[in-house]
Amino acid sequence: MNDTIVKGLIVPGLPQPLLCPEKNEGWQQLHDGFIAARKEIEAADPDVLVIYSTMWPSILGHQVQALPQPEWVHVDELFHDLGSIHYKFDIDAELAEGVVEAGKARGLQIRTTAYHGFPIDTGSVVALKLLNPDNERKAIILSSNVYSDRAETIVYGKALLDALKAQGKTAAVISVMTLSNRLHTEFIEPEDDHIHSAKDDEWNRKLLEFLAEGRLEDCAQLSRNIQKQIRVHKVVNFKSLWWMSAVMGAHNRYEGEVYAYAPLYGTGGAVVSLTPSEVGAGEREFDEADVEVYTGERNVLAGTKTRSEGPAPGPGSDVEETLT
Amino acid sequence: MSKKGRIVAGALAPHPPHLIYAENPPQNEAKSEGGWEMLRWGYERLHRELPWDEIDAIIVHSPHWQTYVGTHLLGVPHFKGKSVDPIFPHLFRYNYELDVDVELSKAIHDAGKEAGLQMKMMTNPDYRVDYGTIISCHLANPKWNKPIVAISSERSNAYYNVDVMQERARALGEATRKAVEASGKNVLLLSSNSLSHRHFVTEGELPEDMSKEHITSHMLYLWDMELIKMMKAGRTREMIDVMPEFTANAIAETDAGSLTWMMSTMGYPTYPAEVYAYGSIIGTGNAIVGWHEDPNHPVRKVAQ
Ligand SMILES: [Fe+2]
Repeated sequence: MNDTIVKGLIVPGLPQPLLCPEKNEGWQQLHDGFIAARKEIEAADPDVLVIYSTMWPSILGHQVQALPQPEWVHVDELFHDLGSIHYKFDIDAELAEGVVEAGKARGLQIRTTAYHGFPIDTGSVVALKLLNPDNERKAIILSSNVYSDRAETIVYGKALLDALKAQGKTAAVISVMTLSNRLHTEFIEPEDDHIHSAKDDEWNRKLLEFLAEGRLEDCAQLSRNIQKQIRVHKVVNFKSLWWMSAVMGAHNRYEGEVYAYAPLYGTGGAVVSLTPSEVGAGEREFDEADVEVYTGERNVLAGTKTRSEGPAPGPGSDVEETLT
Repeated sequence: MSKKGRIVAGALAPHPPHLIYAENPPQNEAKSEGGWEMLRWGYERLHRELPWDEIDAIIVHSPHWQTYVGTHLLGVPHFKGKSVDPIFPHLFRYNYELDVDVELSKAIHDAGKEAGLQMKMMTNPDYRVDYGTIISCHLANPKWNKPIVAISSERSNAYYNVDVMQERARALGEATRKAVEASGKNVLLLSSNSLSHRHFVTEGELPEDMSKEHITSHMLYLWDMELIKMMKAGRTREMIDVMPEFTANAIAETDAGSLTWMMSTMGYPTYPAEVYAYGSIIGTGNAIVGWHEDPNHPVRKVAQ
């Protein structure tokens, strides 16, 4: 059992559960879900919180927040009318440096960012305000690279684990993400909020069913499908669950708890906790391989490239050959 | 009857933070040894050729104020703050102070709403103005002596497709023109975007090392040139017609609708544009281009 990561959480990043939960029953449920998840963190008592935010896109590799005490008055660029969020966080700069070092050793382009005024994304702000309101624990925040795909994301997760182990720290890892991410494209009244489509809703519920059974890796293996089915394509792929399973362990031995599921301006917001366990849904055979070192994308899905045109073959590049 | 407002010029005004970093203005904390001179000198020439005495306000449409629900406009008269680029924080940490023409913003908001678009005024004084708006405005007018109107991009390309983006940007442009004409003001438009937009995903030790700078691929360069040729020839309707193909093939930052909005606002000029510069920044294709309403502007006289 992974005794470095004591808890995994999935939480939404839109500001309603923090700024105006009372305006919609579902938003209140999500808010209360955050509070329940906070209690789980308190009981598990990790040394640090690690946020992986789908709402912090990076382009030049991966970025890790490392300013010891970022402080700002944050306003969401879309939901600015819901109000301003004052924050001051305690960041574990030592761990941030450790993740960068471990990431570089595994072939990633990765660096810290430590500037006053750096725009920490709404999702990270919401998660830390609700899960760690008095900075009981230090945190780090990790960006989500726009172009990175599975292999790179898995290695990114493993680099975090390397750094935690090297520093002898335990952590709760938090994926800031919605399930389906399609917002309403017209302004709505809070009481009229609903999941954008029945299809999004069905997919969300199926994922939550799996997560409630502790089937993290099964969900992670569905990521490419999730991207196709219920994600607006702003980035290369849906990566949060790849990252999470890489950090927590790529299997299904978890106890899952779904605290809340509700529409957040059309998207599917859920608060879910996963606790490493000896039981859960056990071992299965998975389609996609575990990756240790990042050596470039293998373009396994491109299918048309020959060896000479494609990038240098990485481990397991037989898949590439099968397709060409 | 009060005088009719005019669009005195429109400019394609890309916003890579590298250009501010390279210039070392006092507002920016990061300091450089220069870089990207051709583009910066292009911006200088654009600035020199604009009729500043006539310009009452600058209207800028930015890909980096991303509002997936509706089009938003700044609705607070004065902003002061610090803008840090989320992708390039090592290059851009800029202390800004700017005035907003709230009256004109509100007029565009109302005209858009009347045209059936989803519109919203941004009235939170704590709001941090997006870096696309700040960078394009700084580079076009480093003096910051004109109020601005900042328009968000509602990203319908991501939520629907490029055709919906085009339709909405066109409608927003028409609404903008109506509002400007009714306001009696003379304005400069800025379309704050690069053309081809595939970045390198790595950066050298020295970001301004010009020996490392080039366009990401020849295919992207060819697409950029295709568009620029149309600008120079005054074929802007055709340019907007090929925009879906260009945006997809050149992975272009035109996906935000800024350039389509500007052309629509200007009524699709048929006269040649002045291309002040073209160059790459961390692999992306950037052109600085001006459309001048003045028929006596040299670029238009040559064409006559
Ligand atoms: Fe940009």
